[in-house]
Amino acid sequence: MLRGTPARRLCAPVRAQRWTAALVIGMALACLATACGDPASTPASMLNTAGPGANRVEHLWWLLFGISTAVFLFVAALIAAAIVRRRRPSAGDPSTDPGAEEVPRWGERFILVGGVVVPVLILSATFVLTLHEMSALAKPMRTTRLSVRVVGHLWWWEARYPNGAVTANEIHIPVGEPVRVELTTADVIHSFWVPELQTKIDQIPGHTNELWLQADKQGRYRGQCSQFCGLQHAHMIFFVVADPPALFQAWESGQAAPAAAPMSPAAAGGLAVFTSNTCAGCHAIRGTSAAATVGPDLTHVAGRATIASGTIDNTPANLAHWITDPQEVKPGAIMPPTQLSPTDLQDLVAYLQSLP
Amino acid sequence: MATVTTAPLEALEESWYEPPGLISWFTTVDHKRIGMKYLVTALVFFVFGGIESLIIRAQLAGPNLHVVNPEAYNQLFSMHGVTMMFLFATPVLSGFGNFFVPLMIGARDMAFPRLNAFGYWVFLAAGIFLYSAFLIGHAPDAGWFNYTPLSDAKFAPGINIDFYALGLVFVAISTTVGAINFIVTILKMRAPGMSINRIPIFVWGELAMSFAVVFALPPLTVACVLLELQRRFGFHFFDAGSGGDPLLWQHLFWIFGHPEVYIIVLPALGVVSAIIPTFVRRRMVGYTWIVVAEMATALIGFGVWTHHMFTTGLPQIALSFVSLVSFMITIPSGVQIFAWVATLVAGRPVLKTPMLFVIGFILVFVLGGLSGVMFAAIPFDAQVHDTYFVVAHFHYVMVGAVIFPLFGALYYWLPKMTGKMMDERWGKVSFWTIFVGFNLAFFPMHIAGILGQPRRTYTYPGGLGWAVPNLISSVGSFLLAAGILITFVNWAWSLCRGAAAPNDPWGGDTLEWATSSPPPEYNFETVPTVRSLEPVWDQPELRDGAQPPEKGGRILLGGHLTLSTSMLDGRPRAVVAMPHATAWPLVATVGLLFGFWGVVFGAYLLAGAGALLFAASMVGWYWPKGETQEG
Repeated sequence: MLRGTPARRLCAPVRAQRWTAALVIGMALACLATACGDPASTPASMLNTAGPGANRVEHLWWLLFGISTAVFLFVAALIAAAIVRRRRPSAGDPSTDPGAEEVPRWGERFILVGGVVVPVLILSATFVLTLHEMSALAKPMRTTRLSVRVVGHLWWWEARYPNGAVTANEIHIPVGEPVRVELTTADVIHSFWVPELQTKIDQIPGHTNELWLQADKQGRYRGQCSQFCGLQHAHMIFFVVADPPALFQAWESGQAAPAAAPMSPAAAGGLAVFTSNTCAGCHAIRGTSAAATVGPDLTHVAGRATIASGTIDNTPANLAHWITDPQEVKPGAIMPPTQLSPTDLQDLVAYLQSLP
Repeated sequence: MATVTTAPLEALEESWYEPPGLISWFTTVDHKRIGMKYLVTALVFFVFGGIESLIIRAQLAGPNLHVVNPEAYNQLFSMHGVTMMFLFATPVLSGFGNFFVPLMIGARDMAFPRLNAFGYWVFLAAGIFLYSAFLIGHAPDAGWFNYTPLSDAKFAPGINIDFYALGLVFVAISTTVGAINFIVTILKMRAPGMSINRIPIFVWGELAMSFAVVFALPPLTVACVLLELQRRFGFHFFDAGSGGDPLLWQHLFWIFGHPEVYIIVLPALGVVSAIIPTFVRRRMVGYTWIVVAEMATALIGFGVWTHHMFTTGLPQIALSFVSLVSFMITIPSGVQIFAWVATLVAGRPVLKTPMLFVIGFILVFVLGGLSGVMFAAIPFDAQVHDTYFVVAHFHYVMVGAVIFPLFGALYYWLPKMTGKMMDERWGKVSFWTIFVGFNLAFFPMHIAGILGQPRRTYTYPGGLGWAVPNLISSVGSFLLAAGILITFVNWAWSLCRGAAAPNDPWGGDTLEWATSSPPPEYNFETVPTVRSLEPVWDQPELRDGAQPPEKGGRILLGGHLTLSTSMLDGRPRAVVAMPHATAWPLVATVGLLFGFWGVVFGAYLLAGAGALLFAASMVGWYWPKGETQEG
């Protein structure tokens, strides 16, 4: 082996190889940290599953991940072996006669086994498992009792219950049973996805798609539109709230009831502001004269944790900001700005906050 | 160069002479200069697409940033996709293909040199057309996939989507004529003796790609025309309210869109198969396996489009068939990977820069392939579909399988193209920067996707665990850009200061290494007779430059001539007269460009003028010149 210049020339790649090894190990650790990390800090992870649907897919993922890691390491090890046996740069000049080295006899057998036989075995098994999982995931749909209709809009979600309850961006379900969700759209294609509970399905004009949701634990599960739908695709967020059955029953009948009459002078003033301004042109508040269906139903808006489809928290200040300047909160949103006097705005916010 | 006497050489020089200077770049039909133009133009669009992606990464570096507004963001990511797919990845390898396919098969030019020039000009014009949308602030903004009804006039009343639909029809003309030219060139113009089992694998890759183009592009063109009819004239192909169906667009788009992946990847895999034997100093293990695998990939690629639609609610029984085919298509890729690995292990690689890029490619491509197989498992796909996991996957496949082989090819072939060697040390620095930057940029996207981050969102909130992987991605993307820049600087440096490249700097096995660097206009002093799959290794007389007539070299005096041979055996069949430099392809393209601009702006008078110019150029193009076909 030569010392001096060629050796020094080889130094840079060796150092770089160490860096790369560190990078690969770092990434593997990052994966592990993600998988074993605190679920509270990753509330939309498909690995913090809270229902049987997503749970099955999580197991499938770990299996696929294991197979893939093994295959990758095998190929990487072969390449590492080839690199260890590399030639000195000086040996690569055209004077060496490459035609003299015969193609090894094991070569084609190696391709046959490594590139065909083993993959066919692994892939066949995975395909059979895929079919099995598909059929297992389809079954609970047959045992659903409750069916919720969810309509996608630019850029919010409308949820309709069989008892007449209508709400937006917050879908309540009872814990421990599968709930059928019928999905349609009012405009473009959206996609309904709650990673902790279930796989996604698209909402396509002219089609009605279905999935079932089941949460085994009480909680709030984040969902988001996952099909690009224009300017505010990023802010088309919703929550699935899983309550114990009794609590859910109470919520469902409460949501079906019309809005309570205003209890304070401010709220009464707010209702007047609502019906005499552009608000009532798009929104409904059941029990009042406002009955439009362009925007979200606001009959029980105070019961929701967020406004503008998960964009901001539902606080009086945020609500006032949203009413007066929605384009700053969510540029491109369909809702126009509304100019109100400070008192009118205060009254309107007070009224909306009084609608649990 | 001693074997050919000077008199025939002078005659060759005279009949293939192209004057130097700027104007000749506009009229040339030389496949090498056209290839160079393809390469440089595609790399310019690569820089545009790269700048777009850096702005995207700046916007996503942290939660709730305001680098660009949502409207600009949507235009940026749409144009990033359109640019990288149509204006970079597809044409850039046509650049190498144009330059090297005739050299590798021992021809003096492509089968249709004027069509070749036309293909290039249309590619450039379509790029100018699409980017002119940016100049007026109305670039396409519904993604490169452009789903209806988001792209219908009702939800996208602006001119943005018209640029998309017409731009893709425009660029498809270029890709299609290029593919037809490759098919005829490869099947009919090979050197005598280059029977079908002696075609270099890179050339097979171009052939497989070209067949895929011919069958994959028409559905896209149809889809774009239908969309334009719907947008402009109130047709209802995709309108659910009037009996149409938005899913029709998705089917048509992906019947094109999935083969497009292989259209891009197949020539790149061919590059890998060209580089490996040279640097391993051994013949490729499993030549037939690789060739069959490439053809199988191109074919099976037409059966998997519905795996982009696993979440659209199609019947499960239909989806399960697509799942099966999606599992199947990994097998030809596996065959190629194991053939490369077998060659690497059997031989002993020399780790020059092109080889480093190839090894980097194999690692990245295997990783991208493995995450790709996962999508065939439908329930898993339905979780990660349209998340950053998918973004990570296809960048591993597309960047991995295009950028790495492409940069390997730059270091491998630029000495042949320019006659100047690139700097080896900076090449290695560039490789490691690209490799580390690439993995930093795209690996964390797997994690962001698993954590639930949907793609195509202009911003994201904090508190979801997405901030850290996104920040790493953004840092990595700038590192990747730096690595790419190093190679460009290296290229520029080599042009000014690089050492002169010998005929065969690496000890390659295919015919391009038998001629000078850069090759003369006529490629080879004598059209060689080929007796091996690795002619330059097995036929020592080729290494000295021209093959002497007693060994089978043909001089082909008497004009601008090349040989046509039989498809299977490569037996000489005819001597073909080749056309000379001409401006008609450029004039025809200018007519088309104004035609398309006229249509997109609704200035139908302008469109008519463009059509007239195009028609006039066709008359000039086909005007009889009295040249004979037989020599």
